[in-house]
Amino acid sequence: MPTDTVPEAPRARAPEKVRFEGVTKRFGDHTVLDGLDLTVAPGERVTLIGPSGSGKTTILRLLMTLERVTDGVVHLDGEPFSHMPAGPGGKLVPADERHLGPRRRRIGMVFQQFNLFPHMSVLANVVEAPRHVLGLDADEAAARARELLALVGLAGKADAHPTRLSGGQQQRVAIARALAMRPDLLLLDEVTSALDPELVAEVLDVLRDVADGTDITLLCVTHEMGFARDVSDRLLMFDRGRVLEAGTPDELLDAPEHERTRSFLRSLR
Amino acid sequence: MWDMDAARDALPVVLSGFGVTLLATVLGFAVAVVAGLAVALLLRSGRRWIALPVGGLAAFVRSTPVMVQLFAAWVLVPGLDPLTLGVLVLGLHYATYLSEVYRAGIDAVPKGQWEACTALSLPRRRTWRAVVLPQAVRKVLPALGNYAVSMFKETPFLSVITVNEMVHEASAFGSTRFAYLESFTLAAAVFLLASWPTSLLVRRLEARLAH
Repeated sequence: MPTDTVPEAPRARAPEKVRFEGVTKRFGDHTVLDGLDLTVAPGERVTLIGPSGSGKTTILRLLMTLERVTDGVVHLDGEPFSHMPAGPGGKLVPADERHLGPRRRRIGMVFQQFNLFPHMSVLANVVEAPRHVLGLDADEAAARARELLALVGLAGKADAHPTRLSGGQQQRVAIARALAMRPDLLLLDEVTSALDPELVAEVLDVLRDVADGTDITLLCVTHEMGFARDVSDRLLMFDRGRVLEAGTPDELLDAPEHERTRSFLRSLR
Repeated sequence: MWDMDAARDALPVVLSGFGVTLLATVLGFAVAVVAGLAVALLLRSGRRWIALPVGGLAAFVRSTPVMVQLFAAWVLVPGLDPLTLGVLVLGLHYATYLSEVYRAGIDAVPKGQWEACTALSLPRRRTWRAVVLPQAVRKVLPALGNYAVSMFKETPFLSVITVNEMVHEASAFGSTRFAYLESFTLAAAVFLLASWPTSLLVRRLEARLAH
């Protein structure tokens, strides 16, 4: 046990961005994740692949606090996130909102169904959280939102309503909206699965730019193996709530060890 | 038979009552809109010790006649002028219906909207105010409009606690001039002229929001 840790800056020296420690998630008697151990380094790009129902999306949803773990602990930046120490013994108990709140802000998520606010303009969608969570003033928030909209190629659509946009455009707004909170961990949950095939590329191009232009930690669930190969440092093949195999994109996509991985990859073609 | 002179004399009387009717409707509905939302939110608070009594009280109010409630309030709450009392009773009575309308609207907001709010770390209050309620209310605007029309047509009940609304005035005119046919016909015509276009407006709104 190191005793000379500098307590002021535990985050800066954290070797891990995310760590799942024996995480189990059950819905009723259906086990989605089964004692999962998983570590993601700061700045690492990890893509989760595998058949649907294998628990990939649940990992993202647990991190975003949209679900609670059944068992085990999720760590963020080297400290417990799903749980918090309580009492004199520092025993870990399920985290309350006071613990989750400030930590959750470092995480952004883009959803399969975009989940834009349909009653707000594109600009208002992007401005909402920076204004009301980060406390930016209106001008500052709007200026930053416009920068982000330019980044995703939608500078001209700031005053449009999301319902008037194509799926690809909506998803790019959703990416800008997530980035507006300056997360250092971005969760991408099948972000192109709801899109018409011809709209997939524009969204993936934007995400490649984000990946190339920042040191953000990325955790993606996707069936787009080309994209996974381009941006990922590591691929994890999931099967029935467990990591079946892991490796670099080249290792996993070109020379998978398991027959299940091979047949899964074949099924995508 | 129809007496044109009586009708001519009844018209200003009936119209003066219409002013009170309209006032009672507008104020009563304002009470219902605010209190109904409060009830809906209290029922959603997730706290049983709040939700249980509020829900029970709302069910009680909803399943007893508004006229009985008016009489009861008239007896139990002295010191309020009849119009204020009537507005409060009518408003709270309708609030119990509107809370159900709001509930349906809130339930109709997709789960993804809540999740997006969590992902953006929006505080609970802001989630309700900026994201959930605007969408919920938009969905139930036509239903709210229908209840407004329905409340408008129930304002004559206020005459039982001596509010001088339109039907009260028509009745008073009828008894002094023995011209009930004329005064009540005029009152009915005014009701029709006011609520029919409103209903059409609500239906247009409904169609516009449908897509």
